[in-house]
Amino acid sequence: MRNLELKIFHNNKILVLATLILSIFFVVAILSYSGIIASNWYQQVGGSYDSPNIKNIFGTDIFGRSVLAKLIKGTETAISIGFVVSSIAIIIGLSLGLISGYFGGIIDEFIVWLYTTIASIPNIILLIAFTFILEKGIMSVYIALAMTRWVEICRLIRAEVIKQKSKDYIQASIAIGASHFRRIFYHILPNVIHIAIIQFSLVFQVSIKSEVILSYLGLGEQNQPSWGLMINDAKVEIIRGVWWQLVFATIAMFLIVLSFNIVSDALRDFLDPKLRNK
Amino acid sequence: MNIIVYIIKRILYAIPVFFGVSFLIFIMFNIVAGDPTIMLLGKYATAKQMADLRHYLGLDKAWYLQYFDILKSAFTFNFGHSWATKQLISEMIKSGAKVSLTLSLPSFIISSIISLIISMISAFYRGKWIDKFLVLICVIMMSISALSYILFGQWILAYKFGLFPIEGYEYGFPFFIPYIILPCIIWIILSTGSDIRFYRTIILDELYQDYVRTARAKGLSETMIFCKHILKNAMIPIITNLIIQIPFLILGFLLIENFFGIPGLGSIILDAINNSDFPVIKAITILTASVYIVFNAITDILYVILDPRINLK
Repeated sequence: MRNLELKIFHNNKILVLATLILSIFFVVAILSYSGIIASNWYQQVGGSYDSPNIKNIFGTDIFGRSVLAKLIKGTETAISIGFVVSSIAIIIGLSLGLISGYFGGIIDEFIVWLYTTIASIPNIILLIAFTFILEKGIMSVYIALAMTRWVEICRLIRAEVIKQKSKDYIQASIAIGASHFRRIFYHILPNVIHIAIIQFSLVFQVSIKSEVILSYLGLGEQNQPSWGLMINDAKVEIIRGVWWQLVFATIAMFLIVLSFNIVSDALRDFLDPKLRNK
Repeated sequence: MNIIVYIIKRILYAIPVFFGVSFLIFIMFNIVAGDPTIMLLGKYATAKQMADLRHYLGLDKAWYLQYFDILKSAFTFNFGHSWATKQLISEMIKSGAKVSLTLSLPSFIISSIISLIISMISAFYRGKWIDKFLVLICVIMMSISALSYILFGQWILAYKFGLFPIEGYEYGFPFFIPYIILPCIIWIILSTGSDIRFYRTIILDELYQDYVRTARAKGLSETMIFCKHILKNAMIPIITNLIIQIPFLILGFLLIENFFGIPGLGSIILDAINNSDFPVIKAITILTASVYIVFNAITDILYVILDPRINLK
């Protein structure tokens, strides 16, 4: 594992930078979650719509709240959405993909039917329908995003499991009497897990981007600041020349999504055996 | 012969998927969403009024009859009336889709052409600085929120510089053009980033095939190999990917339409969300899903016909 870490960072300054940015975001999110920083984001610290100044370096919003504190609280929201959604999506996608690819037959046909069905409904409508029907709030955002995101993971894992299943090492493990459990978890899983890792980082950033759109539709987070709500506020602010909420929320989102893009590209190049020797 | 069997199988396979989709819609809108009568009539409705309305909406039928209504509506296009505007839903969708297409079709065509050209350049110069630069630009473009593009575009290009109308729409051919230029530009920016990367990967996948090595061994020039052999093969997945996007074009782009006041299907969906107008969302969902299923079958069949390398066991 140590070797892997060293190799992946070798000669790739952009990747080091991206990882650093991501770590900073994660630390900020954890500190904010534990209430150490930005816990009093709702307090008035200046006038309404103060432009960035020495006291509030990112300015204030309509209620005189610090944009910096809202940005930090928004980081917490974004990271928790990314983390929860990609974890749920990976767990569902990975387990269904393994089961479906490994056992085949009627189970496989059912799972393929299930994800083809979900994939047939436009993503945005499915998201809207889920959040609409469930109660508005962060929980339904988690569920809605996870329910739409596991499909792609399951499809990729299933295809790879089918490929691995016919390889010699699985034949050999059958010959020495390995159980299904052992074959799936000790032999196949390590050979398909790279897909799950790459998808985790992809789903993470897609979820953060989707949160903005859901917030805009009024279906997202209600009780806590999020970047989506901040960008959404800008809709009425921008005409009055109040650009700071929009600009800083956009930059924050840009940095985290860009870093995730760079990291998932590097992971793909590094972990996908097909690309390794090219 | 094999191909005909495959085509029939593929068409038959669309049937269970269609049942699945309609069942999912039924569960979401008729069961989980709950009773809409209180929402429609308010708190002070009498029991009789509620029962009448339930009967009128067909909600007092047995569940399998309600499910059957959904199935039927996908073929008859009879979706009933909107709860909010009382209009016929099929008419709303028809006029909305037309408007959406005036925006989405040009955007789709232009962005596909741009993506194809740039991805070819990028793949041809793979590993060189120009490829790295293009990929970096794509990643940067993909990392900015759609909403930010719209807000900045509207504020700077339309409001500050007055290059385009800030919002609005006019029906009928040349009149709508000024209103769709900026939305088109934003749409193109939003979709090219990921498309270029996707097409580039497809082209690069072909680069390491055996036939390319053979062509090189024959002494063909790199340009010749790229244009004659690689592109020809890479075009198959690219074209199928383009076709599969077509069903979603009628949906338009929700955020863009809303911000620029374009009365397309995207705006209709958004209004329906704000008014809790279930039948409209339901109708649009059924319609796009059905079109998608058909197009999905078509692309799968095309794939097999176009690519002789796929063997049908």
